[in-house]
Amino acid sequence: MANRIPRVPVREQDPKVRATNFEEVCYGYNKEEAMLEASRCLNCRNPRCVTACPVGLQIPRFIAEVAAGNIAGAAAVIAEDSSLPAVCGRVCPQETQCEGSCVLGVKGEPVAIGKLERFVADYSREPAGSSPLETSGCAGPLPSDDGSLPLTMPRVARFPEGTASQASRKKVAVIGSGPAGLACASDLAKWGYDVTIFEALHKAGGVLEYGIPEFRLPKEKVLRHEVDAVRALGVKIETNVIIGRTITIDALMDQEGFEAVFIGTGAGLPKFMNIPGENLCGVFSANEFLTRNNLMKAWREDYLTPIHPGKKVCVVGGGNVAMDAARTALRLGADVHIVYRRTEAELPARREEVHHAIEEGIIFDMLTNPVEVFGDEKGWVKALRCIRMELGEPDASGRRRPVPIPGSEFEIPTETVIMALGTSPNPLISKTTKGLDTNRWGCLVADEAGATTRPGVFAGGDAVTGAATVILAMGAGRTAAKAIDEYLKAK
Amino acid sequence: MYQILKKEMLTPTICRMEVKAPRLAAAAQPGQFLIVRADEQGERIPLTISDFDAEAGTVTIVTQEVGASSADIIALEPGEGFSDVVGPLGLPSEFMEMGPEQLSSMRYIFIAGGVGTAPVYPQAKWLHAHGIPVDVIIGAKTKDLLIYKEEMAAVCDNLFLCTDDGSEGFHGMVTALLEKLVATDGRQYTQAVAIGPMIMMKFTTLTAKKLGLPITVSLNTLMVDGTGMCGACRVSVGGKTRFACVEGPEFDGYQVDFDEAMRRQGQYKAEEAEANEKHKCKIGRGK
Repeated sequence: MANRIPRVPVREQDPKVRATNFEEVCYGYNKEEAMLEASRCLNCRNPRCVTACPVGLQIPRFIAEVAAGNIAGAAAVIAEDSSLPAVCGRVCPQETQCEGSCVLGVKGEPVAIGKLERFVADYSREPAGSSPLETSGCAGPLPSDDGSLPLTMPRVARFPEGTASQASRKKVAVIGSGPAGLACASDLAKWGYDVTIFEALHKAGGVLEYGIPEFRLPKEKVLRHEVDAVRALGVKIETNVIIGRTITIDALMDQEGFEAVFIGTGAGLPKFMNIPGENLCGVFSANEFLTRNNLMKAWREDYLTPIHPGKKVCVVGGGNVAMDAARTALRLGADVHIVYRRTEAELPARREEVHHAIEEGIIFDMLTNPVEVFGDEKGWVKALRCIRMELGEPDASGRRRPVPIPGSEFEIPTETVIMALGTSPNPLISKTTKGLDTNRWGCLVADEAGATTRPGVFAGGDAVTGAATVILAMGAGRTAAKAIDEYLKAK
Repeated sequence: MYQILKKEMLTPTICRMEVKAPRLAAAAQPGQFLIVRADEQGERIPLTISDFDAEAGTVTIVTQEVGASSADIIALEPGEGFSDVVGPLGLPSEFMEMGPEQLSSMRYIFIAGGVGTAPVYPQAKWLHAHGIPVDVIIGAKTKDLLIYKEEMAAVCDNLFLCTDDGSEGFHGMVTALLEKLVATDGRQYTQAVAIGPMIMMKFTTLTAKKLGLPITVSLNTLMVDGTGMCGACRVSVGGKTRFACVEGPEFDGYQVDFDEAMRRQGQYKAEEAEANEKHKCKIGRGK
């Protein structure tokens, strides 16, 4: 039956070719492929995939619509719970969430839920075929209910039982336009609140804009469209406003009439190793390197932003950000090494990203930890001095602790060192807002519903948890939206 | 868009603009800076705030043409605008945090170099308005590059000018003038503040140290976001790495590793030279 069909493979750009460009790696399914893949779903009575999804997407329902060829219907199902399907379909760690819980995965391959979500979003945006390899003859635009063409994701004004009526135009401020803020703002706007997002940078999207590279998440085609869809719900986005500097939360609430505030400011502060030579020219945080290339488009000839990858680059770290920085440097023409102190089994990055990086020719130096950066007489990096590691007893994270092997130091000649060691929340807001507690890692203290220690102020995403994923931030944004709704109704 | 209301060339390469940015103007304090982007393809350029008017909703910025991005800024005319203006960034000047008692015991000498004169103005203005003694030295290569002479004279007790070539005021660098004022003329100060090119701040700090005068410097490091996100602005202060954008821009001059700061500031020189060449070609084609 259906589950005997093997998982439909997804077409990707050739690794040798894509290593030299910033075009998207994965082409996604066409309609035929998507319908075939959708037919594999068993439509379980107790769908574990839904429970495993931080935003509770109605996965079997939308997949059933895809299987029936009703893509507009599938988009409507997704829009009930997510405003960023084209983003999530691309960057979610499905293997540990929805797909990791899929019953089909027990004996074989799980349904490609992420690729299906992406297909629905892409097809809704560009019905005539979003993929350059689109071959399916049936990929014509489908009329929606009112007969018009579904040019955008359907807008769903959903008022769950017991939530505020659309008449209540209470003002809510959302700080940060990343995944947490966009998800929170979308739900609140659907429920009738007057929502303004304040963004510190000049473009909305947060880490989706400055952090995740073009080849994983195209900015103009995909991200802009989803941010515009949030705007279309009535959400206002004010860029170039740094809360804590341009205006404080106190002033927003006392002088501008905002009755509740959601803080979704992420984890933006880069970590360094505090080893000698870290301030040499040619040592960058992954944040700087990626921001220059993504937000500031250094890879494009028509932008003025300078970037300096050099011919050889060492990226220190093993997470998704390290993979992004390494693959970006590669595309800018460098030979790239990833230096990681544990082994491949412990790499925190998604399997797919590691696999893509290896395919593209990134070299992994495992069980290797930097101890010093050496510079030339002009103050530029010339080598990274490292020490070999071995795995010892498990540490607090459950992973085996890397231990240095005495006397094993060696040097990797390199022009550039990119530190991708993780990030922590920015203290700008916690330092300038009365009554807002943080823990010893600088994360905002918030309860499960997102309420902080200050009444009327809620928070979620990386600002509360420390660096995590896009989808967890979206989930936290939605949870906080419910809590804000309850708070404002009781007020 | 952030509209330019007024524009004035202070010298052939230094331009003063008044820009509409109401939220920023309402929040700005002496010592802080902002970031502008001329257009969609432009860089984010940190600039000092040389004045602000909360009621009018305007901020004043002073830009010197040094490369492609600053040339794009200077090319803008009143009625046009910046695609982005964001701030205020950084911490306000140290004296903004002082209590009245401490403040009343202070006697300031500001040492302003070139375009660094502009951010001295709001600081001197604030102190002068609060009755704190303020002297100011403005130094430049030659008299045509001296800016803010009249404005500064109105907000300080004594204004001293110097030029490297002796074309106006004291003949020599700001360091020599500072040394003369303190060591020879016997003027008494409790605090020096130097703002200008990194090399000038380095040597002014050495002079201040020799004179036993505490000195604050305002560092114009490389930056991208200006909110602590990228770390491009990191400087070694007292052996510790600090982010100039959120922990500065002011630091204790004695503690700053200026040589490292100067190297880091020049990190993109090769790329900038290339961009300037391309930019000139573009301008040539346009005409």
